[in-house]
Amino acid sequence: MKKKSLFWKEHFWHGLITCCGLLVIVLTLAIGAFLVYKGSGTFTKYGHSIFEFFFSSKWAPADNSTGGGAVGAAVYIVGSLSTCGLALLIAAPFSIAAAIFMTEISPKLGKSIFRPAVELFVGIPSVIYGWVGLTTLVPAIKELFDLNMGYSVLAAGIVLAVMIFPTITTIAADALKSVPNDYRKAAYGLGATRWQVIHQIVLPAAKPGIFTGIVMGLARAFGEALAVAMVIGKMRAFPKSILSPTTNLTSAIASDMGGAMEGGEYNTALWTMALLLFLISLLFIFIIHRIVAKGGAEKDGSK
Amino acid sequence: MKSKFEVSKLNLHYGQFHALKDVSLSIFPHEVTALIGPSGCGKSTFLKTLNRMNDLEDGVTIDGSVLLDGKDIFKDMDAISLRQRVGMVFQQPNPFPKSIYENVAYGPRLQGIRSKVKLDEIVENALRGAAIWDEVKDRLKKNAMGLSGGQQQRLCIARALAAGPDVLLMDEPTSALDPISTSKIEELCAQLKKDYTIVMVTHNMQQAARISDRTAFFLLGEVVEYSDTDQMFSMPKDKRTEDYITGRFG
Repeated sequence: MKKKSLFWKEHFWHGLITCCGLLVIVLTLAIGAFLVYKGSGTFTKYGHSIFEFFFSSKWAPADNSTGGGAVGAAVYIVGSLSTCGLALLIAAPFSIAAAIFMTEISPKLGKSIFRPAVELFVGIPSVIYGWVGLTTLVPAIKELFDLNMGYSVLAAGIVLAVMIFPTITTIAADALKSVPNDYRKAAYGLGATRWQVIHQIVLPAAKPGIFTGIVMGLARAFGEALAVAMVIGKMRAFPKSILSPTTNLTSAIASDMGGAMEGGEYNTALWTMALLLFLISLLFIFIIHRIVAKGGAEKDGSK
Repeated sequence: MKSKFEVSKLNLHYGQFHALKDVSLSIFPHEVTALIGPSGCGKSTFLKTLNRMNDLEDGVTIDGSVLLDGKDIFKDMDAISLRQRVGMVFQQPNPFPKSIYENVAYGPRLQGIRSKVKLDEIVENALRGAAIWDEVKDRLKKNAMGLSGGQQQRLCIARALAAGPDVLLMDEPTSALDPISTSKIEELCAQLKKDYTIVMVTHNMQQAARISDRTAFFLLGEVVEYSDTDQMFSMPKDKRTEDYITGRFG
């Protein structure tokens, strides 16, 4: 009797957990399918070319179902690429240096102070980053470069860099920590200095993990809307330099979606942008999987 | 005979723990010196002192002196040049996740050797010296992780040889290997002692008896007995040595 009830529970929990797992997959697929359904309208219903969407800068979609406007999203795409690229250029060196410091140079300090501090960063809501950027960074850039206004690619890049710094740092630190101590001992035993050990042995061995961190950081930067929208200036023009204002995909979606007519050309074009963001994050995840699989294959070569 | 290492009154503490107590012994060139004793007796700690690998750990204090060819390794030498002269092979084979060639070339590269011709020559000689050249000569560019455990350990020996040492320290180099690989490493040691001085920690008393010229028996941080291997295994002077080598404890 007792045995039978145990068995019943086994099936029940097994089933429940399987359902939860399947639900996650179904949800992701459903969102993907929904975005494809909504976003493809630009190309099917309103007859625009993919080339126009990516490479034209003429953005004047009609806010009705007759269409006939222009849906060139190049400015938004360039805005996203330039702010994220800049953020990565700023954040990656700092993050990797911080990760090396907290794992290789001062592990005790790293464990007790540095890591908790960095992890705290991750939890700060993005609106706070945006607001702080707006009140300190934007005026500072205006002052420093003698501009009419401080809203700029630079401001957005810095805010994003601060936001992705903890992501890259924690993942890179984990990667460095997982490098077997045997490698370090072997290198020291051959007469290497600490810098040589870090730079020639530990960093190359941790490379896949560090790249994963960078891609995760980039993915976060691409998806961030609020903080960027607050400091980028939302001006629909290609940035002339990193000091000029522009706009990006997420800001456009966030600010325009409320006003556009459901099913209209404008609305559909915004959905296409959302689809693009979804595809970009898919691409990033694909890249991470490739990196991890490749790193794993190299290690598997051992046996 | 002039000694390679002259250790006198060496005391080592890990924090409060007294790990080596007044160790004094001479290690002679072109010999295999075996260090035996039960786990935690200080034999590995002693070995790591000889090339200052203990420097990397926190809370280690050392006093006494260790002379290498008459020079104090703590006062007259820096750890980097010491480790180039005193190479080390570890318990677990630990090749870098790089190609076989890059593994062996790592030591010479650290010393600033850039010439491809020179490196090729050093790598080949080191691999021949470690009796692994014939097995790997056709796949020098392949990742070293693809070798078997025994081959990896011989590669690690080659890597140590390429740095141009005159002493090789081996910390239980065969304890992770199968019997065939073990016997290859043992044969190799017999070869290598012609050109190098070898100090080997081993858990395996038959191994010590087979390949070493002298044996030091460590117990609780002290050297209980240090003598010719033949003598130690046939008529040990100390009762504790006899008990240990006849398997009564340890």
